[in-house]
Amino acid sequence: MVDTVFLALSVLTIGSAIVALEIRSLIYGSIALMITLSGIAGFFLLLDAPFVAMFQLSVYVGSIAVLILFTVMLVRRELIFNKIEDKRRRYAGIGLMLALMLGIGMIIIGSGMKSMETNSPTVDYKKIGADFLTYYSPALIVMALILASSVVGALTLARREDITNDQRAD
Amino acid sequence: MTNGLIDFVLVSVALLAIGIYGLAVKRNAIRMLFGVEMIINSANLNLVAFARFIPNSQGQTLALFSIAIAAAEVAVGLALVIVAYRMYQNIDIKDFRSLKG
Repeated sequence: MVDTVFLALSVLTIGSAIVALEIRSLIYGSIALMITLSGIAGFFLLLDAPFVAMFQLSVYVGSIAVLILFTVMLVRRELIFNKIEDKRRRYAGIGLMLALMLGIGMIIIGSGMKSMETNSPTVDYKKIGADFLTYYSPALIVMALILASSVVGALTLARREDITNDQRAD
Repeated sequence: MTNGLIDFVLVSVALLAIGIYGLAVKRNAIRMLFGVEMIINSANLNLVAFARFIPNSQGQTLALFSIAIAAAEVAVGLALVIVAYRMYQNIDIKDFRSLKG
């Protein structure tokens, strides 16, 4: 059985995900996305994974959501509130969403996952840290390189060629 | 622990379906990125839930890697949106059809 905290968290997460896609203003949408991501962090806490939860809070809520907010602010005002979409496409999308939910949900409910409960001890986050520095250290280095190259790539993409140094205001 | 594995997996399925809906219907480039974020998050929730119930620590490690890669992906995606906005003065996907290199 589920408890109240789980129920409240799932309502918050799913509800704000729908709000993020459906509300008119992109700014409120990104704030709703922030709430969704925080809800996922709450699920991680319920799953006894505090390290992943804090990572989620700092990376997703702290950096990605703020990045999205800043990008939204760079866009013209009419476009933020603009909401063009095809009516038929929208109904087809809702049908697809419900079909996916019902289909995969039925498969999962029919499977043997229902009886799976656990009393095993939680994973210590010290073990995760030790794993990162021993077994997964090559992967960690590759991930750092990917992050650095993606940041450099993003800066190169977003750079404006048409502004030279003597035109700057400062 | 009172919550079973199936509850977490069902929440993750719902989030996945909402993300696919957003990707399929919305024409705003930033809103499509929202959908991608939701799909990635449902995958991470699945990873951590199965790691708790099997139990081992590798699922959590993989989730950490996945979160970091998603951060890189969003940075590049938003830079692409900015570049396309500068070229077309719009963030509608229909206007990006002429982006053929």
